[in-house]
Amino acid sequence: MTDADRALLASRPDLATIAQWVAPNARVLDLGCGDGMLLRYLWKERGSHGYGVEIDDAKVGASVRNDVNVLQMDLESGLSAFGDGSFDYVILSQTLQAMRHTEDIMREMVRVGREAIVSFPNFGHWASRLQVVKGRMPVSESLPHAWYNTPNLHLCTIADFEDLARKIGLNIEERVVLHEGRPVTLLPNLFGSLAVYRCAAG
Amino acid sequence: MTPQKAGFTQPLALTCGVTLPGFELAYETYGKLNAARSNAVLVPHALNASHHVAGVYADAPDNVGWWDNMVGPGKPLDTNRFFVVGVNNLGGCHGSTGPMSPNPATGKPWGGDFPVVTVEDWVNAQAHLADHLGIETFAAVMGGSLGAMQSLQWALSFPDRIRHALVVAAAPKLSAQNIAFNEVARQAITTDPEFHGGHYYEHGVVPRTGLRLARMLGHITYLSDDAMMEKFGRTLRSGALGFNFDIDFEIESYLRYQGDKFSTYFDANTYLRITKALDYFDPAADFGGDLSAAMARAKAAFLVISFTSDWRFAPSRSREIVRALLDNRRVVSYLEIDAPHGHDAFLMEDERYMNAVRAYFGNIEL
Repeated sequence: MTDADRALLASRPDLATIAQWVAPNARVLDLGCGDGMLLRYLWKERGSHGYGVEIDDAKVGASVRNDVNVLQMDLESGLSAFGDGSFDYVILSQTLQAMRHTEDIMREMVRVGREAIVSFPNFGHWASRLQVVKGRMPVSESLPHAWYNTPNLHLCTIADFEDLARKIGLNIEERVVLHEGRPVTLLPNLFGSLAVYRCAAG
Repeated sequence: MTPQKAGFTQPLALTCGVTLPGFELAYETYGKLNAARSNAVLVPHALNASHHVAGVYADAPDNVGWWDNMVGPGKPLDTNRFFVVGVNNLGGCHGSTGPMSPNPATGKPWGGDFPVVTVEDWVNAQAHLADHLGIETFAAVMGGSLGAMQSLQWALSFPDRIRHALVVAAAPKLSAQNIAFNEVARQAITTDPEFHGGHYYEHGVVPRTGLRLARMLGHITYLSDDAMMEKFGRTLRSGALGFNFDIDFEIESYLRYQGDKFSTYFDANTYLRITKALDYFDPAADFGGDLSAAMARAKAAFLVISFTSDWRFAPSRSREIVRALLDNRRVVSYLEIDAPHGHDAFLMEDERYMNAVRAYFGNIEL
């Protein structure tokens, strides 16, 4: 593992969980891949063959520099570029809450992938709840934006996400809830700030 | 740098069934081929360009290569690292064997008898040039528009001789509208009274009117509506409407100028053949129209780039290529650059585009 990899995993604790779940030599699609560092890590460390999807020019450029396959496409218009079952894992890390077509992308993920790996900030975390009780929209490490400039459209709690998963017929295979990089097992919807799920089509 | 010529005495069987007994290709090279011969990059040209890709000739400092902003020392395709080859295509009018060359059967110029050549024929001829230069495998073949089709065709015709294909502003085949524009251009040329069935050299004339119209039409398709409006608007040449059929608007002046300029240096027979090569390009045709099946034999890694305002070969056409590569699980990156210039964007400076090409070449191992 390089220093850059260590820095990446430290800065994004959900990525360490995701990386552990990805079996060696798997075919991976990373939606909203940013600068491509997760894909690069999975490629170098686990032999993954993967593609990233990203819309932002600067991030696409960074992915090209990082020598990973990046496709400049808009997730909101679906995953029509990808055939059914083309991937072992489709990853959506901390992007779900910023999407307009939340339900559609979840369905698309399990269409093109065997498993969907999703992470998102848990709105049910006690600090968020407390700020709402005090009459304020939450601002925290995992939700760093003010209400008026947030890219987030569809914030949810762990309970909410699991409802949606049930509704669209996804089986939750594994769940890890984190706070400050450490797993939370006691009352995760209250004490966890970041949730990571591995789901399969039911 | 100086243009060079390579002569080939072996016969070249063309797609149309004709066999050329031999042929010559005009080419230029930039940079140095390394000892491992692993740093060669071929840059085929699009419709009207030539082997003069980059730099200037010592005796003609104004004649700058057509992709000089992309290719050269320190440029995105850096000739300090790569050995770049530019080549004039078979059927061209910049020194390679074409309609102006003598027909060995008659001793007179081929003229209208020069065969209709295809993208596959061009790529086959380029492979002979690669042999001549001692290049077994190209590190990359990079092209825009029709040049990109050659890059794609390289990956299909010689999958083991190309490691990377850079395919910019391309389409996997022309649409009916694309063919329609080409047909109007061809009709302009072939109905010119000076055309003489393509044997105008013997008559000492040139179908200049037709060639000029063809070029004017082409120019309209290279620019976006917005880019044309931005550049010319409805600006009047002389400040007032003339109420006659001379030039009123700046755009008319521009098109006439481009048409006039082109008709003085480009050969009409070559123009006809290049537009046909575009029309005929369709690698999926032999696979029942299934581009994914056609692309199965490609082994190269691809960088596909399109421009949002390109309506000639719109981004959706590039996405067809990307989809076919994804279906085959090939190494591919795709950039859709939000640029205003239309099809011509592939020749323009755009930081995102230039930086991506630079980064991509930077990651190619030699």
